[in-house]
Amino acid sequence: MGCGESLTVKKNRPVNLRLTTIRFPCTAIVSILHRASGVILFLFIPLLLWLLEKSLHSAADFAAISECFASPVSKLFLLGLVAALSFHLIAGIRHLLMDIGVGESKCAGTMSAILVFILSIIVIGLLGVWLW
Amino acid sequence: MVNNALSFTGNGLRDWIVQRITAVILALYTFFMVGYFLLTPEVNFTSWQTLFASRWVSIFTLLALGGLILHSWVGIWTILTDYVKPAALRFTIEIIVILALISYFVWGIEVIWSV
Ligand code: HEM
Repeated sequence: MGCGESLTVKKNRPVNLRLTTIRFPCTAIVSILHRASGVILFLFIPLLLWLLEKSLHSAADFAAISECFASPVSKLFLLGLVAALSFHLIAGIRHLLMDIGVGESKCAGTMSAILVFILSIIVIGLLGVWLW
Repeated sequence: MVNNALSFTGNGLRDWIVQRITAVILALYTFFMVGYFLLTPEVNFTSWQTLFASRWVSIFTLLALGGLILHSWVGIWTILTDYVKPAALRFTIEIIVILALISYFVWGIEVIWSV
């Protein structure tokens, strides 16, 4: 039992390193994007703190920041950042629901992963409309 | 076993719980901010400063700031443990991230208190 059996693993089991032939289920994509968005948010903490500091400092600084975010490039940048937050938040809520035992089956997991994408696209779209 | 000398609580289950509690705080704060932007007819310097001058908003912001720091630390620690295998390199990055997060915390408190 145990040890003996684990040694009889097939030696010629398939090895697949051709990345383009590996299928990533959408649950895996939600997972990796949740991680990536978390890192992006972490990296931009200093920028957000700086913006908060400036915007609260004086009316002139507030106006300078508003003006800066009037340009399309910085709007796009800001949209990217709030998109990362929206995705991380929505996928995070799915994560927390699964942690308390809601929707843990494979089928429900796939469905909620798709729902995360749909909701994120809607929210990010609305944010885009609102920013422009 | 994973070497957890620098994990926030030094215990996987406790780290896990810290990350969940702080996630809920951050979600609530995000909803609060979205609500503010949706419900305020015109966000300008005066309304923005009035918001942060309120005592309970300061406390909520402080709570969210602390949550952000702890949530990020548990998250980044997990990611570093997953991907950065050489111990010396991982340790170095961990120290840099910890110092950065502590600085953000102090800086954030200064911003909240200066209003
Ligand atoms: C706003 C700033 C935030 C930052 C900087 C941030 C950062 C991170 C990072 C770096 C991770 C690690 C990802 C991983 O282990 O794969 C993480 C995980 C997580 N985040 Fe956030 N996060 C933020 C907000 C939120 C919010 C609002 C929620 C609310 C639902 C949330 C829920 C979660 C959950 C549940 C995890 C655990 C994922 C896991 O165990 O795999 N986060 N976060």
